[in-house]
Order: sequence, then C-alpha cells, then structure tokens
Amino acid sequence: MNTDATNTAQSAPKATKTAKAGSSTPTRDFAIRYGFLLLVFAIVVYFSIMADGFASPQSAVFILQSVSITGILALGVTATLVAGGFDLSIGSVATTAMMASSYVMVVMNGDALSATLVCLAIGILIGLINGFLIVYMRVPDLLATLGMMFLLLGLQRIPTEGRSIATGMTLPDGSVASGTFSPSFLALGRYRFDFVIPNLVPASVVVLVVLAIVIWFFLEYTRFGRMMYAVGSNERAASLAGAPVKGYKILAYVISAIFASIGGILLAARLGRGDIASGNNLLLDAVAAALTGFAVLGAAKPNAFGTAIGALFVGILLQGLTMMNAPYYTQDFVKGVVLVFALVFTFALSGRNRR
Amino acid sequence: MNATAIFRVENLRKSFGPNRVLDGVSIDLQPGTVTVLMGANGAGKSTLVKTVCGVYQPDSGSLTLDGAPFAPASTAEAIRAGVVTVHQNINDGVIADLDVATNLMLDRLTGWGKPVLFNPFRIRREAREVADKMGLTVDLRAEVADLPLADRQMVAIARAMAHKPKVLILDEPTSSLSSAEAERLFDLVERLKAGGVAILYISHRMSDIRRLADRIVSLRDGRIVGTFDGPVLDYEGAVNAMLGEIISHDRIEVRDGGDIVFSARNLTLKAGRKPFSFDLKDGEIVAITGLVGVGKTDLAETLFGARRVVSGDMTLSGRPYRPRSAADAIATGVFLVAKDRSASSIVPDFNIYENISLPFLKNLSLVGVSARSRERERARAQIDALGIVCRTERDEMFTLSGGNQQKVTVARWLAEPARLLILDEPFQGVDIAARRDIARKLRASADGRATLVFLTELDEAFEIADRILVMSEHTLCGEHINRNLDMERLLAEISGQTMTVN
Repeated sequence: MNTDATNTAQSAPKATKTAKAGSSTPTRDFAIRYGFLLLVFAIVVYFSIMADGFASPQSAVFILQSVSITGILALGVTATLVAGGFDLSIGSVATTAMMASSYVMVVMNGDALSATLVCLAIGILIGLINGFLIVYMRVPDLLATLGMMFLLLGLQRIPTEGRSIATGMTLPDGSVASGTFSPSFLALGRYRFDFVIPNLVPASVVVLVVLAIVIWFFLEYTRFGRMMYAVGSNERAASLAGAPVKGYKILAYVISAIFASIGGILLAARLGRGDIASGNNLLLDAVAAALTGFAVLGAAKPNAFGTAIGALFVGILLQGLTMMNAPYYTQDFVKGVVLVFALVFTFALSGRNRR
Repeated sequence: MNATAIFRVENLRKSFGPNRVLDGVSIDLQPGTVTVLMGANGAGKSTLVKTVCGVYQPDSGSLTLDGAPFAPASTAEAIRAGVVTVHQNINDGVIADLDVATNLMLDRLTGWGKPVLFNPFRIRREAREVADKMGLTVDLRAEVADLPLADRQMVAIARAMAHKPKVLILDEPTSSLSSAEAERLFDLVERLKAGGVAILYISHRMSDIRRLADRIVSLRDGRIVGTFDGPVLDYEGAVNAMLGEIISHDRIEVRDGGDIVFSARNLTLKAGRKPFSFDLKDGEIVAITGLVGVGKTDLAETLFGARRVVSGDMTLSGRPYRPRSAADAIATGVFLVAKDRSASSIVPDFNIYENISLPFLKNLSLVGVSARSRERERARAQIDALGIVCRTERDEMFTLSGGNQQKVTVARWLAEPARLLILDEPFQGVDIAARRDIARKLRASADGRATLVFLTELDEAFEIADRILVMSEHTLCGEHINRNLDMERLLAEISGQTMTVN
C-alpha cells in the first residue's frame, strides 16, 4: 500500500527530480546536470569563431541589454512558478507601468521619482489583486492572470484614448501636453557605467544583475524562499508545517508584478515614450526563459539561476544569428525551438528515472 | 453451500508481485439478501471488488453467475452480464458537468452501433422511466455538480440499476454521506433487496451494518475469517474476526504518566454528537482506536488547530488552548504527524534534510537566512536516532522505502521538544521493522510531553500505548489501561455495542 510521493497536479509544470542515487549512470547524471550549460558554452564558442566581433565586450553587453527587460520579467514569473502558480499578466503589467510612467511625466508634469513610485505602487496593487483572486476567490491562476492581462491591456489605453504618449503630444481635450521625460528617468534606460571600457554597461543591465542576485538569494538562501518552494511542491504539507500558505502565494504574485513593473519602467526609459505597440513579446519571452531554466543544472523545477541562464541563452542565440545575417523574422522560430528543446530535456530525459 | 446462491466466488487468488492480496476467497451471494463484507485497511476488500467486477483478472479461482461460469474481461462486460459495482469515490460514478438525465443514460451513449445523433427528448424520457422505477426524486435537468453528495450517489446507483443487475456491489457507499443522507440510501438498498437483487455491501460503519446486514463476512489478510448468519447477527464476533486474533507482542512496560499536560472538556466534533472529555499525562502514550470514519482524524485535526472545535474547552499545561491554525498549535508545542504522508507530509521536491527542517526553519535560520549546515546536522542526528536507511541526508525522498519516508516525517516532529505530539495513523504503509523502530523511539522519547496516537489496528495500539481510548460515532466510549485488557469489552466498544445500550 505504499504510495510514492507523487507530485500533485498543478497548473505549473513540474517534472520529477532526477535520481541522484541508485540506478542512474554517472554519464547520464552529468549530461542532465551540465548538458544545458555545455550547450550554451558550445554555442558561444561557435559564434565566436563564425561571427567576427561576437567575442567582444560590446557584443556581450549588447546581449545583456537585449535580454534585460525580458530577464527581469522572467525572474518575477519564476517566483510564481516556485509557489506552484503562474502569472500571465506580467507582459501587460510591464506595458501598463510604461504607460503610467510616461503619463505621470508627460501629462502630469511629474518627476522621475514620482513616476517610478507610481509604477511600483501599480505593480504591488496588481500583484495583490492577482493573489486575492487566486487565493481567496479561488479563480485558477492561469485564468485569473489571463483576465488581469486582458483588463490591463485595455486599461492602459483609456487615459489617452488609445494614443501613445510622447513629449508634446495632443491630449484628448485638444491641448498639448506640457511635460517631458525627465533626464534622470531616461538615464535608467540610456546611462552607461564605465566597466573596463568607458561607457560600457547600461543601467538596465545593472538592474537585471542586481534583481537576479536578490531573487536568487531569496529563493535559495532564505527560509521564506524555501517555504515558497514547499508551498509549490505540497501545499497541504506546507500548511500542516505551519506555513501561511495564502500569504506565500500572494507574495509570489506581488513579487512577479513588482518585477514586471520595474521592467516596464526600464522599457519606458529606453524608448523615451509610452508606446502602446511595444512590449508585445514580453510575456512569451519571459515565460520561455523561466521554463527553459528548468533544464539548467538538472533542476527540473523553477529556479532563479536557471531563469537567468535561459534568458541569456536566447539572447546569445539571437545576437549570434543576427551577426551571421539571419533574417529578423526567424527569431521567434528560434526561440520556440529552444523552448521545446529545453522542455523535452527537462521532462523526458531527467524525468525518466521516476518510479 | 447454499443452493440458492446466484453469485458464487470460489477460492479466488490474486497477487501483485510478491504481495498476495487475495488468498483463496470464497463468498456466496443470494438474491434478495444484503451480505456485508468487513475488513480492515489492506485486508483485500478493494482488490476483491475489482477482481469481481472485471478490473483485475484473478490468478486462480472461479466466479459463477446464475450457474454459468463468469469471467469478465472488463467492467463493461461485467455490467452487461449483470454484475454492477458502485465504487467508493462517488465522483467516479457520475460526470459532474452533465445533467442527471444524461448521466442516467450514459451507458446508452457509448459503444458501436449506437445512434450517432443525440435526441435530448428521448434521453430525458428514458431517464424519467429509470428514475421513476428507482424512486429517484431529483430534477433530471439539474447538473450533477450542483447536487449534494447523497443525490449524486443515488444517481450513480440508479445509473447502475438501469442495467437491471442481478448482483450489485456497493463499496463504502456511505463514507461521505451524512446520517440523514445515508438513511435515504438505506431505503433504496432495501427496495432493491425486495426486488430480488443480491447485494454485496462493503462498509466499516457499524450503524450501516446493523441497519442492513442479513449476513456478515469478515475478510482479513486476503482470507475469509468468519461468516456470520442467522436471525441474530454476532456483530462483535465479526469485528473481532476482522481485526484478527490478538497476536502476542513484545510486552511493553506500561507507565502511568506524570502531571496532566493536556485536557479536553465536553468536546464536540460534530454537531449533535455526544460531548466527551479526556486527559493526557506527561510521559504516557495514549492510543485512540476505533473503526475508519468514526472521527479520529477530525479529533487529530481539531487538536492541531486545522479544524474548528464545535464546542468544548481544551487546556494545555494548565492554560486555555484554542489554536486558530496549525502555526498556532506548533508555536504552543502541539505537533501533528498527519495521516497519509504523501498527501499531507512529504514535500516531494525536497530532500531528506529539507523535509525534516520544514516546520522549524525559523529556529534553524539566522535573520531569515537558512543555515544548511545546521539543518544537515539535525537531519544526521535524526537519521541515526530512527535508523533511517539512506546514503546521505541529501537523498531525495522518492529513493526511500515507505517505512523510511514515514521515519522522516516522524523525525521532522521529534527534532524539537513538544508538549503534545499527535500521530494520526503513523504506521499506515509502513513495514513491521520500521514500525517497531518508530514505536521504540516514541516510547524512549516520551518523557516531557504527552503523546497521542490514532490507530485503527488494535495490534499497533497494544504495541505502543500505555492507555487505550476507544472512539465511536465521533465520541469517546471507552478507556483501557494496556495491561490485562478486557478484550471483550474493548471489542464491544469498537463495534459500537455500548452505544446502543446507552
């Protein structure tokens, strides 16, 4: 009558972990653990040989910059995956934050600080609403955040009657907006720190690295992160061990929405306008990075380090292919192939040892 | 044996791997009779049902229906032949998102040669006929999901009856019904019985059994160990047979315990049930025993703050104790090793030491940062103390056997000092060696706390407890010191005899 500890059905995909003991062979273990990192390394070597200028600090920074916003969103969604949920609203949270910061500065003549604070407040509020819908209203996570995504996509267009926000734009009442993007806000997207070479590392990359370290430390080294994993893996066991399960779930959605709104702030700072057409790909790219992260180090579960590598991997691949003159329209195809490959790697290969 | 038997099971054997679950079972079922099958967890009841209704193929033995050999290759075949089973899980028998009429007619909608087009009017008309015949009063247009459990159960049975079965098998049909709901089910069963159906009724509930049984058959360890017949049924004998001869065991040295640690006064677990009181003393181990579904888990969860008290007072170390959550209970030193470890205890993504430190991470971390070296140290100490068989404290849980997994979940709560340690069925799915290890460790560490163990199997209670309390119908009805026990009285209390006298 022994029942194995089976993963409960959850909306977040999960594979059974690899056996580190017993039947599995060392080679196999090695492949599952380091296979993905070796692949990343191999691709870097390949592009360095094949594409002139790929192996340069400028190119590395360009890659980091290209994945910085996606990466930040992906790190946030990792928190919801860890807690056994999913957040589909991150993309629209980011664009809402972008529109809100632009609105505060251009239409309301606000400064950089108030624009940033408004965005963070919006992020926290949306995270709380998502968490409330999922935890207290019992709406399944995918559906609740899908609804929130839809709602925000519409909401962000209402204040400007569907127009993009730019300096000197005409407002719905016919007047011309008097505010401008403050220089210190734009610096978030454009300032470059000196690192070995002058003017090398953009601020957005610094933000990405800092947030990656913060969330990684939180998930791996604090008791709160550990309990969040416990909630995602066996909610009832976590609750009977005294964990405030509802609080952890809501916290996960708040983290996710805050990260997304930070992504939105960086997007606005980089573009210098509130562009209603931008940010279409953010959700899919971020989710792909987080799911690709399952394959890193054979974790077979959401993890911050994996998410960062996943985001980086897509960036490297696209940069390399672009430098080798692959057309832009092949990009989504490449991302899709990477994701499918990583998922098969995670679930079929490392899951095979499950009993 | 009985010449009028319509369904005969002879010498049925079934093994899963080395595990022999049915070891030569023979039962006869007569038309118009309710035969109750009793058996403890793991006795082989479910396997017997599944073998008879075509889910499993027997290794040997024969089934006879109406004098002809009966060897169903699938449930569909068994149903066509007239052997219909309503399984324990009500929702397996109905499709929640469809209306009652469609559910009743479900079996007419599948299979080759059935009409492709769906005529809702005809379906409803035919469903109406079935419902009328069964005395089913629910609205046929209602969705099953909106019905209370009892009505769903009725629909499942009515659907089964649409096949005009000769043999109906009901597997613990009242396990999720209230007593009023159960009463409606009994009426239906009696109507079917009057109609000449042979019924095999599987249940733990003494109240069901007393209400319905014409015969009782006790199953233990894959064998029929007693058949009880006649105008006056020997319920006590049936329970005794089901629980088995009390095997002699290592006698434990019974302790009286020290000061009172925990006491409950006039506790009610379920509205309308008799309130009860008990005390637990320092250093003693108390077992609460009783059949499945008499409220043992309810009590365990109430003490742990995972369930609200209906009425009554509890005190812990002399102070009022009213936990609002598991976290509350843990903070006051009341720990629970929950029933069913894979659902309630084990975090499958965590390794051994992460599982052990789960509830006490706070004590093991410095300003929120977990100290893995301290966690691993604690786990190693527990692995030694309980004899957990593993390579290192970093092994994944699924590499461990059931007994070792259970040791990990017990270790989790032994790692910190408790005032009251509660264990709900700690020996479920645990091999005998691991069970002895856990029992020994619990007895050795019992001083300084009160220990309360919920057990269905009497043997296990004799092996571990200083005192045994008996639970029946959500209340306590007996108390025994585990020393020269009055077995007859104990069994009478478990089977609820004393309740009817009162």
